[in-house]
Amino acid sequence: MLKMINVSKTFYKGTANEKKALNHLNLTLEQGDFVTIIGSNGAGKSTLFNAVGGSFLIDSGAIILNGKNITTMPEYKRAYEIGRLMQDPMRGTAPSMTIEENLALAFTRKAKKSFFALNGTDSAYFRDVLSTLDLGLENRMKTKVKNLSGGQRQAVTLLMCTIASPKLLLLDEHTAALDPATAQRILQITTEIVSESKITTMMITHDIKAALALGNRTIMMDEGEIILDIKGEEREDMSLNKLMSYYSNKKHKEFSDDRILLS
Amino acid sequence: MTLITGSLQLGLLYGIMALGIYITFRILNLPDLTVDGSFALGMAVGAVVTITGHPVLALLLAMLAGSIAGLVTGLLQTKLSIHPILSGILVMTGLYTINLFIMGGRANLSVVGNETVFTLMERLIVQMGQAKTALALILSIGGALILSVIFKTRLGLAIRATGDNEDMVRSSSINADLTKCVGLSMGNAFVGLAGALICQYQMFSDVGSGSGMVVIGLASVIIGETVFGKRGVTIGLISAVAGSIIYRIIIAMALKIDLFPSYALKLISAVIVMVALSGPSIKGLMDQAKIRREVKNHLK
Repeated sequence: MLKMINVSKTFYKGTANEKKALNHLNLTLEQGDFVTIIGSNGAGKSTLFNAVGGSFLIDSGAIILNGKNITTMPEYKRAYEIGRLMQDPMRGTAPSMTIEENLALAFTRKAKKSFFALNGTDSAYFRDVLSTLDLGLENRMKTKVKNLSGGQRQAVTLLMCTIASPKLLLLDEHTAALDPATAQRILQITTEIVSESKITTMMITHDIKAALALGNRTIMMDEGEIILDIKGEEREDMSLNKLMSYYSNKKHKEFSDDRILLS
Repeated sequence: MTLITGSLQLGLLYGIMALGIYITFRILNLPDLTVDGSFALGMAVGAVVTITGHPVLALLLAMLAGSIAGLVTGLLQTKLSIHPILSGILVMTGLYTINLFIMGGRANLSVVGNETVFTLMERLIVQMGQAKTALALILSIGGALILSVIFKTRLGLAIRATGDNEDMVRSSSINADLTKCVGLSMGNAFVGLAGALICQYQMFSDVGSGSGMVVIGLASVIIGETVFGKRGVTIGLISAVAGSIIYRIIIAMALKIDLFPSYALKLISAVIVMVALSGPSIKGLMDQAKIRREVKNHLK
């Protein structure tokens, strides 16, 4: 359903800081895939999401979503099909608007045409959806989002990303800024929503244990390339230690390469 | 009495401009300096059309002209990525020439002897004697109510969200460039309308009358917020009009008791805005100084 063909992106081209963020990357996702993505800082994970989401245009290659070429489509148009959740809970919601208004805004893509953004039918639906979070937010729909905690805000953002049934969901370390208990809860809500609505999902995480436990496929990135792509039996057989050693081996090799270069 | 009536009328009419400024400064969170130009533009268009004998059409065309000016500023900001403040200044500067051109190269234009919406209204309700006030009230409160309805629609919600969190708007499949342009157009349409109304009210149009309008409008919005508090959009819009009335009354009183000469108006407006905007940080500095003193005393 998502196809990235030979995608490259270089930042600061022609300067000393030139950085190949994506290097001839190829990736194909099947309908309903839940892919976890791991890799060190600067491996190109977020760049991959930004390329799919349309924060910038890629230098070369093509991105196909559901048979449609979205390579040059502007960001806001892609958002019809792609829901995105960032690490910072402050980024995904409008702080001085109420929970209800935020949801209405996100629901615009799918809502029936109506003169006022807030109406009885939609509000009842929002209340139902909010109650699935089990955070008591269904009784606080008129509360401004800035008065919510980080975890609550992220939960609302998660709903906003999925309420209009996007084709693809991109989660960029969306629990990293939360305390462990809240992070656990948000992760739980995420898996519930994803398994229920069967949205194809990619999730970046630094929690390697979660990366193996959640979803059906795991990708490891490094230097803008996919260096490991496992699913099915191979993934079940993969232990934490094996994955770690695979990763450090790769890093170690590079390190010795560097040493050769410098000596 | 005439002092209060006069201030009320002026306050209500300039309140329409404050509505426009509330949209751009408060809702869109954009410092829009187009206003100085689009106010004079509304005045120029208003005067020229009023002279042809169409006072109502003059208001509508002034609104249209203002909205086009806002749209140009919006396009400079979004499509050409010129800094928001500079975009406003560029349009404002360009409009000076355009306004002179509209008025046929003259710096001011009198509409004395022509039918205006105010003379129309006076003939409509002869016995009341407060036709001007009534009309100003209907237009400004009507404008505030229409806007408060617009900001409850999906487009209105999207415009509010754009000023609140642009990132989120883009990822909610809303074209933030579009909502910004629409918001700036709406804001400047109201500014243009206010320009045309003031022209018909004082019976002349002057190319220089737009200067300082941003600050006066902002002062009104801030006074309104100080009195009524920062609450929802509907209350915000109405308090902008109320703030404009209070501003006019303060100015009229101060002029009446010869506190300062009439040319001091703009300095006073600037000072009001400065004081109001710096309030929170001055309070912060005072609190800090207090803590420092206490710590010092504690150490002794």
